[in-house]
Amino acid sequence: MKWQGLVLPVGAAMLAEGCARAFGIQSDSLASPSQILGAAWGLLRDGALFAMLGQTLLAAFGGLLIGGGAGVVMALVLGLSPTISKLLRLPIEGLRPIPSIAILPVFLMVFGFGYRLEIASVSFACFWPSLIIGQAAISGIEPRLLEVSRVLGLGPWGRVTKIVIPAALPRLFVAFRLAAAVALIVAVTVEIALNPQGMGYELMSAQSSLRPEVMFAILLYIGITGWSVNAALLLAQRRLFGRAGGMHVGMHGGVAGEPP
Amino acid sequence: MIRLREVGWRVASLGVGLGMIGLWQFIVWKKFISPVFLPGPIETWRALVEGFRTGMLGARTLATVQRMLYGWVLASLLGVGLGAAIGSSRRAREYLAPTLELLRPLPASAIVPVGIAFFGLSNSMVIGVVAFGSLWPTLLATIHGFAAVESRLIEVARMLKLSRDAILFQIAFPSALPDILAAMRLGLITALILSVIGEMLAFQGGLGSQILEASRAYRSPELFAGVLVLGMIGLVSNLLLSAFEVCLLRWRDPH
Repeated sequence: MKWQGLVLPVGAAMLAEGCARAFGIQSDSLASPSQILGAAWGLLRDGALFAMLGQTLLAAFGGLLIGGGAGVVMALVLGLSPTISKLLRLPIEGLRPIPSIAILPVFLMVFGFGYRLEIASVSFACFWPSLIIGQAAISGIEPRLLEVSRVLGLGPWGRVTKIVIPAALPRLFVAFRLAAAVALIVAVTVEIALNPQGMGYELMSAQSSLRPEVMFAILLYIGITGWSVNAALLLAQRRLFGRAGGMHVGMHGGVAGEPP
Repeated sequence: MIRLREVGWRVASLGVGLGMIGLWQFIVWKKFISPVFLPGPIETWRALVEGFRTGMLGARTLATVQRMLYGWVLASLLGVGLGAAIGSSRRAREYLAPTLELLRPLPASAIVPVGIAFFGLSNSMVIGVVAFGSLWPTLLATIHGFAAVESRLIEVARMLKLSRDAILFQIAFPSALPDILAAMRLGLITALILSVIGEMLAFQGGLGSQILEASRAYRSPELFAGVLVLGMIGLVSNLLLSAFEVCLLRWRDPH
């Protein structure tokens, strides 16, 4: 990053700090950067950060595994059988646009508050992007590889495990990375809207107890969490697959699963 | 012949969809899942018709769609305007883009508490949050689109002595348009989601409050009717925007 990129954030923080010091603002909705950093340090020191971070990450990754896994399995089924794919086209096109947040009250009624509510919502949201990018990954497999599998007389199981999955793996990992971003976003969203646990809930309760410095500190941690999960997965993708995973995927994993 | 086969598959696919609804009704009749949680398709349909007949569901749908559209239009105008200004200037990109990229992974819903802190639980808070949240995809895609204009096109425009405005509107904007439209579609989904969350938290009427109330009172047919309407809003707005996109981008088609 060049130095120019630092001018705005550092300048804005210094300006805010200067204004807060100069005018001694006491506000229910704003806090000075030094207060925010103080609150962030406080959360780190008393372990509150790790408690809420753990709750959010557990729900996000639980949902990611269930929903993302189901999406990839479905993508394999649809990718290998054109008949099933054509038959399920309308039902899938009809279900996909339901915003995941609309399903939330249904899960609330069934599961009540807690992990199950959050994991179910995250699973629903992660299913669609991994299904759609997974389908794109499988349809992008070199057709000659599939011909080879036919010549070798592999059964459907052998074809999937020996040819399809290895060939599509780099792009399936891209699907996983985008679904992970969706998972974190949806987990925090569910906590903000309903579920009394995790970072989203602590964010809301900091707001309603009029502690803006804690609210902004948690916001900072949510940003850092999202950024580091994405950076770690991007690094893993480059290490594992090199340029093989490079494929143009739409921006910023759409919550409803935008096709690439 | 091929066309006929295509229609045949569509009909078969519709049949599968109807079969799934039939299976849903069967599960409800056999009471595999408690009817408290899972109303049948017939009950859901009745709640839907009843809701629109009394006008309650219609008014709530209108309120939600209005919030979504206000916020989205505001976000799209701001996003394209700011994005064009930032994307077409190298210096502005160097100063602003890293900050914007840093803010990108924040969940759009995370600004709801900030919105409440500033505006309270009001209608303008919901619209503000919707606009702010759905601004990001459009803004970032517009910056990217304007920055990624084929440099040879710019060179040609310079040779032709086109003015800066002409380069912006006749060369850069059309070339960024596909990126912008795709992002606006994503922005609309974000706007719908944020409207629903805003309504759930601020109790400003609309479908968000309705489905939450129905769920807390275990009125599941009403809840499912609300979810169905939200799905329809998502489906219809996506179809409209896709059609609009095809229309606007027809010039790119080589045929």
